[in-house]
Amino acid sequence: MKLFKNLNFDKLRDGLSKTREKIVNKLTETISGKAKLPAEILEELEEILVTSDIGFDTAIQIIDEVKIKLKSESDRSEENILRTIKASLVAVLEKSNSYNEFLPDIEKYKPFIILIVGVNGAGKTTTIGKLAYNFKKSGLSVIVGAADTFRAAANEQLEIWAKRAGVEIVQKKNGTDPSSVAFETVAKAIKENIDVVMIDTAGRLHNKSNLMEELNKITRVIQKQSNNAPQETFLVLDGNTGQNAVLQAEEFSKVANLTGLVITKLDGTAKGGVVFQICSKQCLPVRYIGVGEDIEDLQSFEANAFVDAIFSTK
Amino acid sequence: MLEDLSQKLEATLKKIRGQGKITEKNVTETLREIRRVLLDADVNYKVAKEFIEKVTEKALGQEVISSITPGQLITRIIFDELTELLGGSHSELKINASGVTVILIVGLQGSGKTTFSAKLAKRLSNSNRKPLLVAADIYRPAAIDQLKMLGKSINIPVFSLDEKNARKIAENSLNFARENGLDTVIIDTAGRLHVDEELMGEVADIKQLTNPQEVLFVVDSMTGQDAVNSAKSFNDKVDFDGIVLTKMDGDSRGGCALSIRSVVGKPIKFISNGEKLDAVESFHPDRLASRILGKGDVISLVEKAQAHFDDIEADKLEEKLRKNKFDFEDFLKQIKLIKKMGSLSSLIGMIPGISSAMKNANVDEKAFVRIEAIINSMTKEERRSPKVLNGNRRKRIARGSGTSIQEVNKLIKQFAEMQKMMSKFAQKGFQNAMMNNKNFKFN
Ligand SMILES: Nc1nc2c(ncn2[C@@H]2O[C@H](COP(=O)(O)OP(=O)(O)OP(=O)(O)O)[C@@H](O)[C@H]2O)c(=O)[nH]1
Ligand SMILES: Nc1nc2c(ncn2[C@@H]2O[C@H](COP(=O)(O)OP(=O)(O)OP(=O)(O)O)[C@@H](O)[C@H]2O)c(=O)[nH]1
Ligand SMILES: [Mg+2]
Ligand SMILES: [Mg+2]
Repeated sequence: MKLFKNLNFDKLRDGLSKTREKIVNKLTETISGKAKLPAEILEELEEILVTSDIGFDTAIQIIDEVKIKLKSESDRSEENILRTIKASLVAVLEKSNSYNEFLPDIEKYKPFIILIVGVNGAGKTTTIGKLAYNFKKSGLSVIVGAADTFRAAANEQLEIWAKRAGVEIVQKKNGTDPSSVAFETVAKAIKENIDVVMIDTAGRLHNKSNLMEELNKITRVIQKQSNNAPQETFLVLDGNTGQNAVLQAEEFSKVANLTGLVITKLDGTAKGGVVFQICSKQCLPVRYIGVGEDIEDLQSFEANAFVDAIFSTK
Repeated sequence: MLEDLSQKLEATLKKIRGQGKITEKNVTETLREIRRVLLDADVNYKVAKEFIEKVTEKALGQEVISSITPGQLITRIIFDELTELLGGSHSELKINASGVTVILIVGLQGSGKTTFSAKLAKRLSNSNRKPLLVAADIYRPAAIDQLKMLGKSINIPVFSLDEKNARKIAENSLNFARENGLDTVIIDTAGRLHVDEELMGEVADIKQLTNPQEVLFVVDSMTGQDAVNSAKSFNDKVDFDGIVLTKMDGDSRGGCALSIRSVVGKPIKFISNGEKLDAVESFHPDRLASRILGKGDVISLVEKAQAHFDDIEADKLEEKLRKNKFDFEDFLKQIKLIKKMGSLSSLIGMIPGISSAMKNANVDEKAFVRIEAIINSMTKEERRSPKVLNGNRRKRIARGSGTSIQEVNKLIKQFAEMQKMMSKFAQKGFQNAMMNNKNFKFN
């Protein structure tokens, strides 16, 4: 079953490409007809990569890889250089299975429980709204749990999303123990035979140990009712985030069994390049990308399109 | 314990003697490293490059005094320049003495605008202003509820309309403020992408309609390379007056602040560092500079020390350091102080310049106990003027402290070296840090 029909990456590419134009044009000019890779081309490549937030070391690594690959090749045309570097980047993403389309396997697990975590303001609640809508559209029944009992109006926000998506919600008073909300949501899903459970959690910075411990507790409480749960834990990353995202992934994976990433806000000009480091270090697949604030602005991740967008001149 | 440390110092000293001036060649390595540090801290690629180029150009040919390397000197210069650039035209909020002051809060989605609006309202009401929060985010689900709840928790009125028209809400709020005797209107707007023409038009209109004294651009301190683009677009559209750096309670290095400052040249006015509504601070450029460079944090060293030092003690010590009158008596005091403050290694790590030289020095904390014992076995006179410590006295001290004569000799020798080092250091870093600190208070 295809979850997201009519995948349309134009919106992503539109956003991702605006600032590239100049650089890549320059790249094209410099490269054509040259037999060797001159320093300035390597520097342009370095700039394209670093400004995508890929990280300095990773950029150098990728460029070195490309240099080695091209050494044994006579074709040093612009197309070939770009093709080679893109292939290296796509390979990183594919190693972490980022090309796989994800859909809750309810034959195997029911309810299929997804926990959503991330730092403040990354886009967790919005992503849940969009996912709920998409899951529902593909024929699954969905319930969401408002386990952010801390932030002002987090509850109300998720409630509106649940309404928009037409799914059920479990919520409690502000200040309630978030794990009890999670517990009840799962209980209700089991009782009412609901396919998919999504738990929204409060934003938390990964260096706050008490808040991170709270996540751990939520997981434990969910597991009381359902073995192997949560089946998926998605870390939501703001696509604007720089190198700090690497630390986020590291720290969140210490308290939660992360199974995938969602990169949001890729409808701007940020490239989200930091995911390359996360994919390769932690072998986490990117599951979805957020490309807007509307309910339909969620897409499955596609490695080639993502990489293309980093270099796209369109 | 001092052994390793002084060995390291000596080695460094030897290596650098004769490197009289900063040249392109003798700082290449350091600059490469600094560039990497800046990029790792999310400073924009171009900004990092230009910044380093400019600073180097300025620093070339500078005399290097013999106690530091050209690399260390240029690091110091970069730190200072960075501090200066980040601070620059630091300025307070422009608040009208009479009439209504309008503050417009803008930025990307999820950066922390709504939370900051409430924090600012609280802060201003603490200084006897009468703020009104305005809920002009008509898009995000429950955005208005969020602001209302925050306002309620701090007893600040919130203005909203049951109408999907942000321009009108903003405009009408001014009348509401006047009619209700409120003097500071804080308009919380929806998060928007800088490439969203329609919404950028909306915020520009709101600015035009409300004529704010301050437009503040709220930016997440975790932002990466693209900060230059969003900041520039926002600045082009609404010509903001200041920057608010949020989520500084995280562990991001905050390099985006340098990018933004470089691109738009506007001052950073506030730091937001927590979800609670009192977690807001004025901006201290030197703190951010050391955070970006990931260097030891002078300021926090000084502050940490401050909690235990009373001012007079600090002054006395500083004076002694400067006049090279630091004696065993002071040393003992220092050891006690250090014990109170935490581990020595952590303290050393906080002193820029010194940290690189001593990073790898193995500091044996237990050795302190022996050192303390030795000093305790000295007479007052001996502590004050170690010169009098002849062979007999040293023997007596060894016996009294349950250590060996060799240990006593070693300590005295190392102490003499340390005195030298400290006086040099005092003329540079520590003294500055101490002096600067007098202008700093937690707020
Ligand atoms: N442009 C754009 N905005 C997004 C996207 N995803 C989320 N947002 C916006 O980002 C802001 C924060 O989103 P939330 O879903 O509230 O983020 P959160 O992680 O739940 O935040 P906390 O619960 O406060 O930690 C909102 O204004 C969303 O509309 C996206 O893909 N693109
Ligand atoms: N840890 C921490 N969290 C913060 C800080 N400032 C804001 N937040 C959190 O970040 C998230 C987003 O904050 P908001 O104030 O809703 O952000 P916003 O810019 O108004 O978001 P939109 O209106 O959706 O664009 C919330 O979870 C806040 O509690 C801060 O300084 N530190
Ligand atoms: Mg949320
Ligand atoms: Mg808001």
